[in-house]
Amino acid sequence: MKINFEHIQAAHCENGVTSNLLKYAGVNNITEPLAFGIGSGLFFIYIPLLKVNNGPAISFRTMPGLIFKRTCNALDIPVVRKTFRSSEKAARFLNECIEAGQPVGCQVGVYYLTYFPKEYRFHFNAHNLVVFGKEEDNYLISDPVMETVTTLTSAELDRVRFAKGVLAPNGQLYYPSAKKEVSEEQIKKAIKIGIKRNVRDMLYIPGPVVGVAGIKYTANRIKKWRDKLGLKQAGTYLAQLVRMQEEIGTGGGGFRFMYGAFLQQAHAYHPNDTLLNVAEDFTKAGDLWRSAAVQAAGIYKGRLGSQEDFNTMGDYLLEIAEIEKKAFKELSNIKW
Amino acid sequence: MKKEELPQDPSVLDKFTKDLCYVVDESGNYTTGLSRGWEVKAAALDLAWGDIKERIEEAKQKALKGEISPLLFFMELRLMDMGTLAGYSGFWKWQIKRHMKPSVFNHLSEKKLERYAKVFDVSVDDLKNVRGNEN
Repeated sequence: MKINFEHIQAAHCENGVTSNLLKYAGVNNITEPLAFGIGSGLFFIYIPLLKVNNGPAISFRTMPGLIFKRTCNALDIPVVRKTFRSSEKAARFLNECIEAGQPVGCQVGVYYLTYFPKEYRFHFNAHNLVVFGKEEDNYLISDPVMETVTTLTSAELDRVRFAKGVLAPNGQLYYPSAKKEVSEEQIKKAIKIGIKRNVRDMLYIPGPVVGVAGIKYTANRIKKWRDKLGLKQAGTYLAQLVRMQEEIGTGGGGFRFMYGAFLQQAHAYHPNDTLLNVAEDFTKAGDLWRSAAVQAAGIYKGRLGSQEDFNTMGDYLLEIAEIEKKAFKELSNIKW
Repeated sequence: MKKEELPQDPSVLDKFTKDLCYVVDESGNYTTGLSRGWEVKAAALDLAWGDIKERIEEAKQKALKGEISPLLFFMELRLMDMGTLAGYSGFWKWQIKRHMKPSVFNHLSEKKLERYAKVFDVSVDDLKNVRGNEN
């Protein structure tokens, strides 16, 4: 059984699963940037006391699962979401969906994902893919970050659906439960909601570690890392920052370029030139994030290492925080 | 980032896939491009793996000296933290912490050792003798 499902590669797994599943459900105009922006995906958080893989816990996007949820909600599309205690029941439900012609999004762990390069396989459990068919013992897999479709045996799929540890998927699957036409008016409204919520998330969540304030906070912490952690561990921390920013399907520049693309696409629905101007600001912010990454690499590769170099690194982030603050302020001033 | 500036450095993604990135064309309009990799992030990933290998080696030496049980070595080898090992093995975190002591580990029942060995994908004999494989 093979469902006629179109695999479109995306930068990020959840955006890709969301846009590809929605397209299948009849939302023809959906794209990865639109799903990302409507789901208010852009974010920044640095959680000082929490360690991930022995490095700082930093994220450039919103919590896993929210983009799918918010985007479907905003477009008024009903969703089925299920987790399972037993892998037999999980497999049976999945098979029933496929037989009924329904492609299904699955949350999986990456560590045992056989088609990924070994160097990428950590115990990260919030990866997403679409199952769109089954041929004998092989499930047909559309993993949005891969260029082409791939397969997993039923044992392999079961293993990643029931990965253990933080954010254990417990076999979670999800899909839009009805095919539906979405009007241009609905997309317009969804874009507006998405931007407003993103303004709130980046500017107005209280506390020093979230949003634009969080970028500033991280900037000032980085300036102290050399003395506090020593050069070696500071390098490890900076490398982790760069990986969160560039490695995990961000589309480059910690999702800032993707958000710029979203604002340009939003302009087709809301012909307000502020959107285009702010898109340019995000291009600039993304470019600065990339420059900061080059500076960080200088440090963790041992070419740089003075306090001055750490100050330069921190100053990049301060400059970024200013640009993003101004950008979101302008978005919040739009009269819709 | 301009489309022509998109880095195309060799990376571990070669032979697997390419990274989709959002880039601007000459008139500033967004489009997408595929990247083989970027040396800056390849170095970050290398560094992370270097750290992991150091921790594996350290845990191995400690286990061989009898300062800690082989569990730590296998946890590092399989990139697990306490919560992940608890999830896969079915032991509670406090039990695993106890089993980290060589004096406790050396008296674990065959059944419990088998549970760990299965999670780490090694034989009980390899588990006891700190022999990892590269799976």
